[in-house]
Amino acid sequence: MRKVMVCVKRVIDYNVRVRVKPDGTGVVTDGVKMSINPFDEIALEEALRIRERGEASEVVAVSLGPDDAQQQLRTALAMGADRAILVKHDSAVEPIVAAQAFMALVRQESPDLVLLGKQAIDDDAAQTGPMLAALWGRPQATAASKVETRGETLVVTREVDAGLEVNEVDLPAVVTVDLRLNEPRYVKLPDIMKAKKKPLDVTDFAALGIAAHEQVRVLKWDPPAQRQKGVMVKDAAELVETLKKKGLI
Amino acid sequence: MNRILIVAEHSAGRLNPSTLKCVSCARGIPDSEIAVLVLAADGAAVATEAAALAGVTKVIRADHPANAHPVAAVLAPQVVAAAGGATHIVGPSTTFGRDLMPRVAALLGAPQLSDVMQVEAANRFRRPVYAGNAIVTVEVPAGRQVVFTVRVASFEATGAATTPASIEAVSLAFDVPAHTRFVSVSAPSSDRPDLQTATRVVSGGRALGSVENFKLIYRLADRLGAAVGASRAAVDAGYAPNELQVGQTGKIISPALYVAVGISGAIQHVTGIKDAQIIVAVNKDPEAPIFEIADYGLVGDLFALLPEIESRL
Repeated sequence: MRKVMVCVKRVIDYNVRVRVKPDGTGVVTDGVKMSINPFDEIALEEALRIRERGEASEVVAVSLGPDDAQQQLRTALAMGADRAILVKHDSAVEPIVAAQAFMALVRQESPDLVLLGKQAIDDDAAQTGPMLAALWGRPQATAASKVETRGETLVVTREVDAGLEVNEVDLPAVVTVDLRLNEPRYVKLPDIMKAKKKPLDVTDFAALGIAAHEQVRVLKWDPPAQRQKGVMVKDAAELVETLKKKGLI
Repeated sequence: MNRILIVAEHSAGRLNPSTLKCVSCARGIPDSEIAVLVLAADGAAVATEAAALAGVTKVIRADHPANAHPVAAVLAPQVVAAAGGATHIVGPSTTFGRDLMPRVAALLGAPQLSDVMQVEAANRFRRPVYAGNAIVTVEVPAGRQVVFTVRVASFEATGAATTPASIEAVSLAFDVPAHTRFVSVSAPSSDRPDLQTATRVVSGGRALGSVENFKLIYRLADRLGAAVGASRAAVDAGYAPNELQVGQTGKIISPALYVAVGISGAIQHVTGIKDAQIIVAVNKDPEAPIFEIADYGLVGDLFALLPEIESRL
């Protein structure tokens, strides 16, 4: 394998408690910490390990987002990516548009493997990976918890509802990753300094020949319905009694 | 007229209950005809089951040896071939549907909505984002073909039809891709009820402390005829396998009774259970956030309380 491309998305940090704006036009983002989508971070870690095992020679981190997404790409470079590409676009796009943008980068870069998270923790769509695989006409293996390279083939263990499923896919391929695949490394200060010198190219939809057509319109944002706080029971006897009375057991 | 095509999920010749939820969701789309597409090596039994569901107008059965296992790259072109006149192409938001439907949408060039939890109109839906911390109402242009996945926890299973729908056997033209091969799938680990569809679920958290202690959860579940679940913390600590994980990064469930034992109630766990009818929490920390959403809370040491609860069942 020569090249691994990793798609990383800039999202609200997973530790932030996300709140809907009172006017229902979105969620509060002012002054909120932004990070690499945690699933994408695992994808990047896997790419780095593949390279460190000598099974690939280059890791390219790519992102689609506003200028500020360069911060997340710098983090990716500090983790160990060799270079980065930002497709600069200020507004949020639908997954199919993201897949088209990444497809344009695939044509440009000809990676042997594209790794990304199984979903982003902002829109929770879980679409971009399979959509990219479809546009590319190549295999997909979603929700990977183990990836093994065997020449021009990957053996991927996937987390499915029934348990674990193993698929074999020929390269090039798209693999989306699940939580249990690995634990991403911490970035060290010298790596952050080194990352500043690594190449980060910026392109945009016009240069890639992509139109950001909107098909899905978000009409309204609502906070979720809240459950009411219930009652405390004093002991096991009262609990069992109550559940029996309600016909629940 | 809305023509809805539901891709059936099945295994071992049985229809998955997720498909029954998809039919319920689809019945909420006004003025519609609902077809269920069965892609299998031999779909006879599954097609018969699907035809007996209330709301189903027609079952399309396409047998092919390549359909012996659900490989998205194999199934997607067949769904596209069957989707000709369909206005809505629907699958469950299970690992099956989450794998397959985006591939279908991209091949069709249609927009996809993931995790639909409510149908407001034929082209307007509600779905959760940010791990359920926000719900968006989304609209696609009227008449535009759309692909969506159904958040199964948000819908009841459809009932039985008075007269079964017709089954049409078809042969779909598609190229079988050689680039993706199914190797194996782990067998179901027990004969306990399936976590995703069980009426009762007992879940254990990190407070169980070990694989050995987690057996207490299995024991209580067996006494209640319940499925077993686990918090992400318990899974990460290795007390329970990942397929038992309940929460945003695991399974989102809606049982009639959910019993959370030694689970603090992190937001990502709560996201997975807030559609449960009744939540019971047992935790030694009276300040645990799980008590904020529990219908019945019991503070105390689980190692003392579980045997006592069991003895009273």
